[in-house]
Amino acid sequence: MNSLIAGVILILCLSSYFFGRSEARKLVTQNIKLKALPAYYGYYLSLWCGLPALIIFGCWSLFEPTIIKVLILNNFPQIESKDLFYEQTLSFFNGNFSGEITNEIKAASIKYSSINIIAQNSKIVIIAAALIGSLTFAYRKIQKNNKARDDVEIILKVLLFTSSLVAILTTVGIIVSLLFESLKFFSTINIFEFIFGTSWSPQRAFVRDASAITPEELLELQDAFGSVPLFAGTAFIALIAMCVAVPIGLFSGIYLAEYASTKVRKYSKPIIEILAGIPTVVYGFFAALTVGPFFRTLGESLGLTVSSESALAAGLIMGVMIIPYISSLSDDVINSVPQSLREGSYAVGATKSETIKKVVIPAALPGIIGSILLAVSRAIGETMIVVMAAGLAANLTINPLESTTTITTQIVMILVGDQEFDSPKTQAAFALGLTLFIATLILNYIALRVVKKYREKYD
Amino acid sequence: MELNNSKIKIKAKNLNVFYGKKQALFDINLDINQKEVTALIGPSGCGKSTFIRCINRMNDVIDICKVEGSVEIDGAEINEKNVDVVTLREKVGMVFQKPNPFPKSIYDNIAYGPIIHGAAENKNQMDNIVETSLKKAALWDEVKDRLNEPGTSLSGGQQQRLCIARALSVNPEVILMDEPCSALDPIATAKIEELIDDLKKSYTIVIVTHSMAQAVRVSQKTGFFHLGKIIEVDSTEKIFKNPANKMTQDYITGRFG
Repeated sequence: MNSLIAGVILILCLSSYFFGRSEARKLVTQNIKLKALPAYYGYYLSLWCGLPALIIFGCWSLFEPTIIKVLILNNFPQIESKDLFYEQTLSFFNGNFSGEITNEIKAASIKYSSINIIAQNSKIVIIAAALIGSLTFAYRKIQKNNKARDDVEIILKVLLFTSSLVAILTTVGIIVSLLFESLKFFSTINIFEFIFGTSWSPQRAFVRDASAITPEELLELQDAFGSVPLFAGTAFIALIAMCVAVPIGLFSGIYLAEYASTKVRKYSKPIIEILAGIPTVVYGFFAALTVGPFFRTLGESLGLTVSSESALAAGLIMGVMIIPYISSLSDDVINSVPQSLREGSYAVGATKSETIKKVVIPAALPGIIGSILLAVSRAIGETMIVVMAAGLAANLTINPLESTTTITTQIVMILVGDQEFDSPKTQAAFALGLTLFIATLILNYIALRVVKKYREKYD
Repeated sequence: MELNNSKIKIKAKNLNVFYGKKQALFDINLDINQKEVTALIGPSGCGKSTFIRCINRMNDVIDICKVEGSVEIDGAEINEKNVDVVTLREKVGMVFQKPNPFPKSIYDNIAYGPIIHGAAENKNQMDNIVETSLKKAALWDEVKDRLNEPGTSLSGGQQQRLCIARALSVNPEVILMDEPCSALDPIATAKIEELIDDLKKSYTIVIVTHSMAQAVRVSQKTGFFHLGKIIEVDSTEKIFKNPANKMTQDYITGRFG
């Protein structure tokens, strides 16, 4: 039903474009000088036809379920768990209810069916009215030869503004939800315990309703949510990754930009960039199935105990994954250093490598640092490789051969499977997410400041 | 055609330059005298810049550029494979069309060359080199109190003199200038020209310029290039007062180019 309505609106939009255009052309043949090209009148009519109807349609679809729910539940004030009752009614109405059918459910279902019909009909009527109304309005405007061009401009501006508003509001919404859930978490768990605690074992809070926790239990839970091992693990794996990615990425970027011939560059750059396109899951099982066992065998032959899930394997593969970020971006910034600087350096007798080391790299440094920091935030946010290759145990260790875990991995672990939504364990995920978010935010801010401060202007 | 009282510093013989398949210079033969200013004039794209870039083998940096023929400095061929371009460029400095100071401090801009060549043993010597280079480029008085500021913070004319000082810092014998005043205002230009006049006492200077007036003011010898060929070379006085070639006359009187 809904898709039919949407389809009709779209078809009307399309046809009103042609209708508007031909009407405008008619005016032209009557020797009236139009204030815009006929196509603009087409757009104008089409926008006026579609937008009001679509907005009403959207709002209606958004609020209809809630309103119907309220209307129905008002008839059954005696029911206790209203949400469950309503769900049961809906599934009974749709014919896939398998529980015990009570009279209330039957009654509610009948009620639902009648309200639904009224809702559907009134929706169609209102949308049709909106369509006809706005079409007539726009059509009369065309007859009066209005400034369709300017109006189309305004409508488009509003449309673009709305899109950016949606993006901004989504961001704000995500932050707010993170914040509120985290606040709930911090109301049960001490924030200092969370930030400075060194033991992470959220399974101790498993399947516990936050409201049902006794004070004694709460006290016992306090030290189950120490996030230090997670942050340490995250930083450690990111560090290993950067140790791999920075030198390789930077050097290959320098090679591509300064030494490689045009032909080599043309082929090798896309090949390196393919690395960035490989799904992280693929990296993950490569790390878990190939690199991890390889390190273990290697370690055993050297007499070392290497766990098959190690920070080293995960960090190494993550490093390989982020090489293209660094190489490709630093290649670009090195290329954008003006040739005149290189020539100035050659002209006093510097060799190529001296020129690169002392002139090109310093001039490109802000961009290079930027690319590295981008790679760092990529490394911190990476989940899949760590889940598969570094393990899940929250070890506080600096031995790269042991298994360790990261913030993102733990968030995944917490939220996988059935969970009580208000247990401290689940809320811990939000707290972790929030801290991760703040950490990356600070990192980005520092990056921007560093880049700004050390930017060597060369123009 | 030569001025007989001067010693020849640079001698180009049958020089041909190609950019890919396109030939940019055709059989250039040109002698440049020691401690004198030689101006190269001609319409855009005629090969003047390409020619001076052959003198310090700056064309090596361009992949598709191929140089044939001979350029001798003090009788020694520079286009041989075994010639060390680093030593060559130490001897033949260059100043570019657009001032191109490094994004470093004024001091570091000058110290760059001497550091690379290990010219100074300690900080004192380096300070000395920086000071003399800046003095030679007539910039010392303007910047002596702010040597740690970035070179790019100077005005265009000062930047260009900084680049001249940078070229002087490694004690070259020849200075190539590729339209050094084209990005500068008349006052800055006058300063640079004054400086060139002063520098020719100790250096051999080759300057590419689009300004006839500048060629007259600063040079003793002028070469006129057209479409990759050298049309006429003579003393500046002769070229501008009584050119032998009709084309030269047309160009300097502004009838084409």
